[in-house]
Amino acid sequence: MMAEQPLLEARSVSKRFGSVIALSDINMAVRPREVHCLLGDNGAGKSTLIKTFAGVHQPTEGELRVDGAPVQFGSPREALDTGIATVFQDLALVPLMSATRNFFMGREPVIGRGPFRRFDARTAERITAQEMWKIGIDVRDPTQPVGTMSGGERQCLAIARAVYFGAKVLILDEPTSALGVSQASMVLRYVARAKAAGLGVIFITHNVHHAFPVGDSFTLLNRGRSLGTHTKDEVSRDELMDMMAGGKEMADLEAELKAAAQQETDPKAEQAETQIAEDLHQESQKVH
Amino acid sequence: MAQETADGAAPPGQEADERIQRASFLSRLLNRPELGAAAGTIVVLVVFAIVAGDTGMYSALGIVNFVEVASLLGLLAIGVSLLMIGGEFDLSIGSMIAFAGMTIAIPAAEWGWPMWLCILLAFTVAILWGLFNGWLVIKTGLPSFIVTLAGLFMLRGLTIGLTRLLTGRTQVSGLREDAEGDWLAGILGGEVGHGFFTWMGEVGIIAQRADGEPSVSGVPMSVIWFLLLGAIATWVLLRTRLGNWIFAAGGDKQAARNVGVPVNRVKIMLFVGTAVMATLVATVQVLDVGSADTQRGLLRELEAIAAAVIGGCLLTGGYGSAIGAMLGALIFGTVQMGFFYTGVNTDWFQVFVGLMLLVAVLSNNYIRKKATEAK
Repeated sequence: MMAEQPLLEARSVSKRFGSVIALSDINMAVRPREVHCLLGDNGAGKSTLIKTFAGVHQPTEGELRVDGAPVQFGSPREALDTGIATVFQDLALVPLMSATRNFFMGREPVIGRGPFRRFDARTAERITAQEMWKIGIDVRDPTQPVGTMSGGERQCLAIARAVYFGAKVLILDEPTSALGVSQASMVLRYVARAKAAGLGVIFITHNVHHAFPVGDSFTLLNRGRSLGTHTKDEVSRDELMDMMAGGKEMADLEAELKAAAQQETDPKAEQAETQIAEDLHQESQKVH
Repeated sequence: MAQETADGAAPPGQEADERIQRASFLSRLLNRPELGAAAGTIVVLVVFAIVAGDTGMYSALGIVNFVEVASLLGLLAIGVSLLMIGGEFDLSIGSMIAFAGMTIAIPAAEWGWPMWLCILLAFTVAILWGLFNGWLVIKTGLPSFIVTLAGLFMLRGLTIGLTRLLTGRTQVSGLREDAEGDWLAGILGGEVGHGFFTWMGEVGIIAQRADGEPSVSGVPMSVIWFLLLGAIATWVLLRTRLGNWIFAAGGDKQAARNVGVPVNRVKIMLFVGTAVMATLVATVQVLDVGSADTQRGLLRELEAIAAAVIGGCLLTGGYGSAIGAMLGALIFGTVQMGFFYTGVNTDWFQVFVGLMLLVAVLSNNYIRKKATEAK
């Protein structure tokens, strides 16, 4: 599998915004039938990297390759035209519009000629219902507003749209982060399905528990640098946890809380709690 | 997959959720934006049939009267509803009515231009004004409410200033002879169906005047334009790509842009639409009355917005209907003339409009909440 030509590849990609180094010497590749998880805490550079893949940013150094050939994306549209489809967190869905109208937004099928050229609503509704069915969602009424759909259904709609319109590589930006357990598993099931259909998937998350079941390889980012790529048989879930910036912090927090619990009767306990709160506060300051 | 589909049971990997009901016909109907306006129209028509049934409001003449009033506001409201669905406002259309009226009247009355040329000039100016409004809103990124409010003052001031400069007055009259026999004036203004109404008068379907003419000499062209353009606007909204783009541009312009909808072009087009509608109304009025006045169209922009909102348009864009706006205008026309026929002081009309608007906004708000929250 690894011998296969990567669909999308980053070679020594760096990105600077003025004096801020957002990405430094990133190498990663995604192949057909591969789910490549991009892990990292907030501020690790995940967003910058996928925006570079998506054509929103251009790399300061290094290059992107699609099917082995170097490419330069001037705009998200160009990336899309080469089959790199990114589903950002806002999903590019309009809540007040129907599932069908959202699915075909900007790419509406038309029938008729001249002044009678019109939106082919029947075909659009049929395809939407069909594509959603394929991923396990029964769209009860393709004319219902997207706003009435659940978070998982919306995420799936956005992904299904990208797939239907010819994506070779799917880049999913935190598709499960705002979802409950069953909703997240709906999305993860679909990610597995897209992989089975021969797509390459880049799956961005900070949740190892979501990444591990569907991922084939894992690239960890920390402060704009890659901590390396590991295949699934090389690492365990816990190792990934530890490697992520959060791993150590969580362990520390656990230890501190345990210590605090032991001193419950001790007046110092309160102090310890304040300390934790302060630490967390500092941590969040670092992130933003 | 095909087999699973053939079962007609739950889709693969998921049980049918028993908590979710299939959308019934009734609930679909309730989701239509124009429902409130339709109910309102029926209520208003029935109420006045009861209290003003014997006053002649529902005679042929009475009906033509209130439908004509409604059609003039309705033409504006159609343009405004599309623009509002597209997420913008145009407060300059009231001033545009006066400006367009003068653009027709001054060349015709003062310089002796043929009427059709004056009308074409007015529409050209309207298109340019619409382009300017749209361009300014998009370039500055400011709310269109403010940009077109500035337009409201500028255009009204320009109308008064230029008219006084060129004619020394604020009113230009005597245009009826100029319009006589003009081909374009005949299409945009006047009436149709004179023969039909004469026949109806002769066989007694409608009343005849003492001189043997029917009480109604024809259907005003403004009503024909109102119905025709309303139908076109509805068709565009619901059945064309452009319609989908209008909803998308107003619903979430960033999302629309991300999937390749030409949001700016759509919005500019809609600004041109409102300016053109205002000019159409101005033309009809100038041809009907035979004069133009610098004060014409005052506050019409707000009435048109009110009609659109009563018709189900959300102030935040992305939702609404042209039919709703037409019904909103019909409510306006019916109540205005109904007050006249029942002898209620017309001062109360504005109180009614205000209340109606408030009720409409509250119910629209409720609908939007229902539509944007997951069930």
